Amino acid sequence: MLAKRVIPCLDVHDGKVTRGVQFGKAEAGELRNVGDPVELALRYNEQGADEMVFFDITASAHGRASMVSVIERAADQCFMPLTVGGGIRTVEDMHTMLRAGADKTSINSSALATPDLIRQGAEKFGSQCIVVSIDAKKVAPDRWEVFSHGGRKATGLDAVEWAKKAVALGAGEIVLNSIDADGTKAGFDLVITRRISESVGVPVVASGGAGSLEHMAAVLLEGRADAVLAASIFHYGTYTVGDVKKFLAEKNIPVRL
Amino acid sequence: MIALLDYDSGNLRSVQKALLKVGADVKVVRQPDEIKDARAVVLPGVGAFDDCVNALQKQDLLEAAKEFIKTGRPFLGICVGYQALFEKSEEFNSCAAGLGLFGGKVVRFQNQPGLKIPQIGWNQIQITREDCPLYKGIKSGSYVYFVHSFFPKPNDLRVVATETSYGETFASSVWRDNVYATQFHPEKSQNIGLQLLKNFVGLAA
Repeated sequence: MLAKRVIPCLDVHDGKVTRGVQFGKAEAGELRNVGDPVELALRYNEQGADEMVFFDITASAHGRASMVSVIERAADQCFMPLTVGGGIRTVEDMHTMLRAGADKTSINSSALATPDLIRQGAEKFGSQCIVVSIDAKKVAPDRWEVFSHGGRKATGLDAVEWAKKAVALGAGEIVLNSIDADGTKAGFDLVITRRISESVGVPVVASGGAGSLEHMAAVLLEGRADAVLAASIFHYGTYTVGDVKKFLAEKNIPVRL
Repeated sequence: MIALLDYDSGNLRSVQKALLKVGADVKVVRQPDEIKDARAVVLPGVGAFDDCVNALQKQDLLEAAKEFIKTGRPFLGICVGYQALFEKSEEFNSCAAGLGLFGGKVVRFQNQPGLKIPQIGWNQIQITREDCPLYKGIKSGSYVYFVHSFFPKPNDLRVVATETSYGETFASSVWRDNVYATQFHPEKSQNIGLQLLKNFVGLAA
């Protein structure tokens, strides 16, 4: 049986792992440095992480170059799937990251600006390499809107519609991040996660809001997500990846132990 | 020396590093004549069947791989490198011909309610050929990493080394004589994958 995945996410700024408290604060300098990305990746590797996401939050060419080296070093030592996101704007950027050792590339604002990038990437590397990450915010009782640029810019797009379009263009996976829940540790947005998961035929990774083991179980069961992604609870050692998997297994959720 | 065929496949580097990790002497090769002296050959792969087969053909690596296999030395195909050993694929109205080493074609998972395609993630292998040297020290039911929408359907079921269930049961790896091939990615399957690669490298010694 296919296991549900537990995925630690590392926000990387200039080659170092950081964690902003909420969206947009990274740029405001409110970053908390939590270490070397490769060292952390190795730690999660040992804990039994199913996959790792490296997210580049540096907005400079220099940061980009250091990201390639982070991926190369991680791929040399962690024999598990790696996804890289942040600042990927062209098929060439995707190629660079895949060549460096990433298995998937995640695009967000660039896909919104140029939806055809999804199709180009899928045609060149296969859908399985193209992850579309969506930042969604609840704007009305029954409407979630897509935001771009790290959650700062409203796009007017409906999150479910955009997810469907991204998949139609060739996205092989959707990462859904709830802007409202991100960084709050108050739990995932179960409603929108489930809605998107039931609307698309590709795996959905739930992100944003993980604060407890119950939250993880809830988004996999009620939210129908295929994987959970979390950053802070792993970084600060609240739980290990192993703790999460053990808990999920007790709830009869299939995980790789 | 183990020759790793380089035709710009996405997982080349990962396979190379994993082979190095288990102590192999790996050489990344792009020219057909470079594989003649290899003790074993690994054909990596990720992405689309046609792209893979066409790229191999362009570099004359397809024929070279075929010739190499005839010598009886160990050969390992991974993911699309597994699919390429079959006759053809139904992916995107594919028209490229595979190696045809195994009879059968590459098919897509059947659409079913709630079944996500591609299959992305860790799934279990049931070892159907306990005598397959690739699975020495690996337990049936172990989890390995898959990323794919297509898989080969071998005509001869005796070649099936492991089976995996995802909506339906499919051949997640095959083995015949000196040819081994896996739909999953041993280079991404942590300790289980490294053990498998170690077993393969051991065959080349």
